[in-house]
Amino acid sequence: MADTHAVATGHSTDHSPHLRHHFDDMDQQFDSATFGMWVFLLTEIMFFGGMFGAYTVYRNMYPEAFASTSAYMNPLYGALNTAVLIVSSLSMALAVRAAHLGQQKALQICLLITMFFGICFLVIKGFEYHEHWVDMKVPLFGGHWNYSEAPQFAHQAQILFCFYFFMTGFHAVHMLVGLGIMTTIFMMARKGTFSPTYYTPVEVSGLYWHFVDIVWIFLFPLLYLIGHTRHLV
Amino acid sequence: MSTVLQDPQTTETPNYLNAEYGWKSWLLTTDHKRIALLYLISISVMFALGGVFAMLIRVELLTPEGDLVNSDTYNKLFTMHGVVMVFFFLVPSIPATLGNFLIPMMIGAKDLAFPRINLLSWYIYVAGALFAIAAIVMGGVDTGWTFYTPFSSTYSNTFVITAAVGVFISGFSSITTGLNFIVTIHKMRAPGMTWGRLPLFVWANYATSLIQVLGTPVVAITLALLALERGFHIGIFDPAIGGDPILFQHMFWFYSHPAVYIMILPGMGVISEVVPCFSRKGIFGYSFIAASSLGIAIVGFLVWGHHLFVTGMSMYAGLYFSLLSMLVAVPSAIKVFNWTATMYRGSISYATPMLYAFGFIGLFTIGGLTGLFLATLGVDVHLTDTYFVIAHFHYVMVGGMVVAYLGGLHFWWPKITGRMYPEGWGKFSALLVFVGFNVTFFPQFITGYLGQPRRYHAYAPEFQVLNVMSTAGASILALGYIIPLIYFIWSLRYGKPAGNNPWGATGLEWTTQSPPTTFNFDVTPIVTEEAYAYAKHEEAHVG
Repeated sequence: MADTHAVATGHSTDHSPHLRHHFDDMDQQFDSATFGMWVFLLTEIMFFGGMFGAYTVYRNMYPEAFASTSAYMNPLYGALNTAVLIVSSLSMALAVRAAHLGQQKALQICLLITMFFGICFLVIKGFEYHEHWVDMKVPLFGGHWNYSEAPQFAHQAQILFCFYFFMTGFHAVHMLVGLGIMTTIFMMARKGTFSPTYYTPVEVSGLYWHFVDIVWIFLFPLLYLIGHTRHLV
Repeated sequence: MSTVLQDPQTTETPNYLNAEYGWKSWLLTTDHKRIALLYLISISVMFALGGVFAMLIRVELLTPEGDLVNSDTYNKLFTMHGVVMVFFFLVPSIPATLGNFLIPMMIGAKDLAFPRINLLSWYIYVAGALFAIAAIVMGGVDTGWTFYTPFSSTYSNTFVITAAVGVFISGFSSITTGLNFIVTIHKMRAPGMTWGRLPLFVWANYATSLIQVLGTPVVAITLALLALERGFHIGIFDPAIGGDPILFQHMFWFYSHPAVYIMILPGMGVISEVVPCFSRKGIFGYSFIAASSLGIAIVGFLVWGHHLFVTGMSMYAGLYFSLLSMLVAVPSAIKVFNWTATMYRGSISYATPMLYAFGFIGLFTIGGLTGLFLATLGVDVHLTDTYFVIAHFHYVMVGGMVVAYLGGLHFWWPKITGRMYPEGWGKFSALLVFVGFNVTFFPQFITGYLGQPRRYHAYAPEFQVLNVMSTAGASILALGYIIPLIYFIWSLRYGKPAGNNPWGATGLEWTTQSPPTTFNFDVTPIVTEEAYAYAKHEEAHVG
């Protein structure tokens, strides 16, 4: 009967205003939210996985053309952005820790740092896109396209550039969504919503942020580095 | 059974239907039961729409000449029938309605884990459906529901992008529903509701949710690539610059083959509930049925290539996909044998849901076995793109899923509305559905075997008799759908009050009042026995 007792009194012992009516207690609510985010990230893996799969197929079909497009990319931009995202992940991890410990000031500062580096990433990416545009590397409607670097691959490289724009573009959209989430979390933090007993939104949006960063960790070598190793040898 | 006989004039107890009034209380509800009804109404509308297209197809095929519609219009009819029925009826059908309504109740929870996301999923579904309807109203789509490139990306002059965007959007409704179910089943079970005691309907929907969560994002990105390719001519699937149109088929079927299991597993879940109830026996082989749901979900991800046997895929890949496709028969057969064994020496009663269950078992078996013909490489070369494929697919999707859906609606209608449907009419229309369905689709096995190709509005005159049979059957089938629609609506007002448990069924949903209160249970239930403990209850009743 111990169980019965616990269940029957579940609501009365836990007065947190953040407990939604259909959960028994805060632990169950926290577990459900984090588990839900993990399942969501699984769907995100499959979403990007579709693009990574198609990328793999084409890379197998046209390895030479792929090396030439990758050699065109400027790895400095890619490396810089990798560093920027890793730092933003660190500050995100610290934000979650601060929320867990109830350090309101540190939480807000860490969130601001995370958002700052997120914006940095997008700005750098924007410069890079602009460079591609100037270089005639945006094959919309088969136009705005010049591949004098390796004219024998002009057609195939067009496909690979499309993949580059898809993959980094969808990634950038995820960054934008992430920035929107971080802004919301920051506003909530300023209002003092979070406490050591309730910081679920910080935790789950942290998971999302780290996921978006990890996608980039895969994109960077696949899109920027493959061609360059070839030149070093 | 005393509950059945209670005075019908008693004042209405508070329940989820009369808890609040006004359209806002429906459109902004987070109650999983109300959302289930929102889904029920919207997918019924889409089912009717898809059914109209089906009837137009069948009327055109009454005569061998293409006289009712021209070939372009016919292409649009079968495409829109497929798009509407697959993405806007079959995929959401049982999970979004019965699943939404029942899963929290079956596991003893007050709601799904994320009620607001649940409501959001309905709005996403409606947005997707509006895009699909817009594509239809503007002039239709003619690519087939599979959107094969390069026709869809380059040559078709119809509203491919609008339709693809509709399917893309509705995919996220499917993903969020699946996500909600997975988290709910993991985290919200009542004390004592162990994994080994979960009703098989929950297991089936759990397996379905896994496919929804893992497969749907892939079709989403595939359709996004297709739409961008069509919109900006960037060449990803364009052979002219080295793109691979067959890659589209691989990516499309990577989702859409598992998706046909999204469209059958929940039906199997319904049958696993109905059969023990009307056999008054515990289910035979509980763990085998539960595991076979997961088995179908897992193996289902490895067989997509059998849609590409004649597209010039490698022969060795063909062998692999052929072998694995046959493996799907194992878990499917396990279920059929276990349902049959459950009925063996049970005291069977022939209520409407049980009639649908009988129909399901027979029709699904035919649909499944003909799937083996198609999984056989050599036979498939002969049967590809004939009416044999159409018949096979409809035996599983209509004979299986739609029949199970109707059976489930009848079974849980008393719980959902608190009213009984008229049993006599129920039995009559179940019979109509069974007869009408077989008369429609069995001839198509024959015409397909004899070589009538699908997707043409004209055909060789020797197939006319069988095609007329098919059209006649479709009319009977349509009647079999319209009658329940009428008496279900009628029963909302005039049906006999059902009582809490009119079938004497086990399961937590039957321990609540009908219709249930907003939070389902006044006190969180504690589960102390296995699922389907009918033997125990029967003994207690007799004793």
